[in-house]
Amino acid sequence: MILELAHFQILAAALFCLGLYGVLARRSAVMVLMAVELMLNAVNINLVAFSAFRDISIVTGQVIAIFVITVAAAEIGLALAVIMRLYRRRGTVNVDEIDWMKG
Amino acid sequence: MNIGIRDLFLISPELSVIVLAIIVVSLDLAVRRKGVVIAVAVIGLLVPMVAGVSVWSDIRTTGADTAFNGALVVDEFALYFKFLTVTVLALLFLSSSEYASRFHPFQAEFYGLLLLSSAGLMLLPAAGDLITVYISLELASLPVIALAAYNKTRLKSLEAGLKYLMLSAVSSAVLLYGFAFLYGATGTLQLVSFDPAIPAIGQMLMNGESSIPFGGVAVMVGVVLVVAGFGFKLSIVPFQMWTPDVYEGAPTPVAAYLAVASKAAAFAVVLRVFYTGLDPVASDWSLLFAVLAAITMTVGNVIAIAQTNVKRLLGYSAIAQAGYLLMGVAAYVGSGPDPELGIEAVLFYLAGYAAMNMTAFFVVMAVTNRTGDETIDGLAGMGRRAPLLAALLGLALLSLTGIPPTVGFIGKLFLFNAAINADMLWLAVIGLLNSVLSAYYYLSVVRVMYLRESDNPIRITLPLYAWAALAVTSCAILVLGLWPGGLLEVARQAALNLV
Repeated sequence: MILELAHFQILAAALFCLGLYGVLARRSAVMVLMAVELMLNAVNINLVAFSAFRDISIVTGQVIAIFVITVAAAEIGLALAVIMRLYRRRGTVNVDEIDWMKG
Repeated sequence: MNIGIRDLFLISPELSVIVLAIIVVSLDLAVRRKGVVIAVAVIGLLVPMVAGVSVWSDIRTTGADTAFNGALVVDEFALYFKFLTVTVLALLFLSSSEYASRFHPFQAEFYGLLLLSSAGLMLLPAAGDLITVYISLELASLPVIALAAYNKTRLKSLEAGLKYLMLSAVSSAVLLYGFAFLYGATGTLQLVSFDPAIPAIGQMLMNGESSIPFGGVAVMVGVVLVVAGFGFKLSIVPFQMWTPDVYEGAPTPVAAYLAVASKAAAFAVVLRVFYTGLDPVASDWSLLFAVLAAITMTVGNVIAIAQTNVKRLLGYSAIAQAGYLLMGVAAYVGSGPDPELGIEAVLFYLAGYAAMNMTAFFVVMAVTNRTGDETIDGLAGMGRRAPLLAALLGLALLSLTGIPPTVGFIGKLFLFNAAINADMLWLAVIGLLNSVLSAYYYLSVVRVMYLRESDNPIRITLPLYAWAALAVTSCAILVLGLWPGGLLEVARQAALNLV
């Protein structure tokens, strides 16, 4: 079997949906963050595959994938700081319990 | 790729804001008095202003220019938003210095983060390709996550930070997925190259040449995902859930910043991406935006009626206002008559919206900072206790409703006009009905302030510089409402860059 672009697209779409499901269904804030990572990596696969199958010598897709990885690292750093703070105050990272505003 | 002096000159407003952020944070280590740091931050904002004026006078003579090989487009449209962001930031600094004293000893970092985020907001409207859109969006929203959670002893603030973080992360992922599809279909990330690339795909599909995988479908999926991703930033229904929670939980200056500066830049980037990049498929997205606009303003206004917390009320009001603004985005006429009307109306309304929303937030900030009571009932008796503040909040709320002679009236008129110009009379009618609906909750706040007595003896006083900020914003409401011509012409010139 030869790997074609469509295979990568299907893999990426499956990963993205898995991530989206995780964001919606997971209760732990840390797990939600990991699900977001899954979504971002699905995007990266998509970008790199598109770029590689179109013209292997032009690396625009790979470049933006590297940008995405870098920004995601910064985002996670900030996220863990906020979650740490919440955990120290409340002893929980359950997103259902972190809900003090209604209306 | 080479970076010249010219490129650095063109981004000098953003560079000077970033340098100012570094100066403010490091000055805090050397100077003991916080007042000095705040003064430096406010006066320092003159530098990006001056840089912006010099860039503006330069491109007035040579025409719109691009920097960094097309990654940034520096035209009057981008500069309009740079001036708006810097002005909003300066007024916000002036009015929030008293509020920020509760963050002692971390005030300087508070201002530093606001400055860094606004550098992102200034880059956003100038984005020439999708990488720049993504990077500046993240530059703008990452500091806001920290700012929303800045009041770290207050649980609601941490909750606001966490919610903003989760939703901005998910929306970025959705947006990027959309970008990936657009890139896959067109083979480019540059907005200006989309125009020939997308019609070419359509042509190939018609000829039955399927050399491009998922050609037409990829563009369609990409556009839908991009609308969803931006929808979070614009807080349009059904992506609005985070808005009231974040506005209520975040420190009030941060909520004001999100409601005014962040929203303006988000609309700017949507206009840029859709009008310069995706206009070949405009007939599809303009209808999508029109429907979303109608739903957004209705949902925002209906839920706002039931609110008891002032900041939450302003959150739902911001959703409804996003709906009105979205009408202007949807009013795409292509090669029809007056193609710039929609963009022009959005640009004008964003400036007016900044004036009225800032007035409302500044008064609410002053009052809640003194009384610690964020409910609408807490405003009772304001007409007697703080007559001037009550009058200013009343003016802002009348303007948000859209009552003449305020800027809210003129701005809405232009938005409705743009919708009618684009053959969307139904949308203008829904907008009009919504304005009537919104009068109920805006004016009920005014009623509580003037007609309900309160035994709360607290008098509300403000420092002089906060009064100065309020004077500027409230004068802007009236001046732009009575003489809209000047700003309208500037907005028109800026809008012509996109059509």
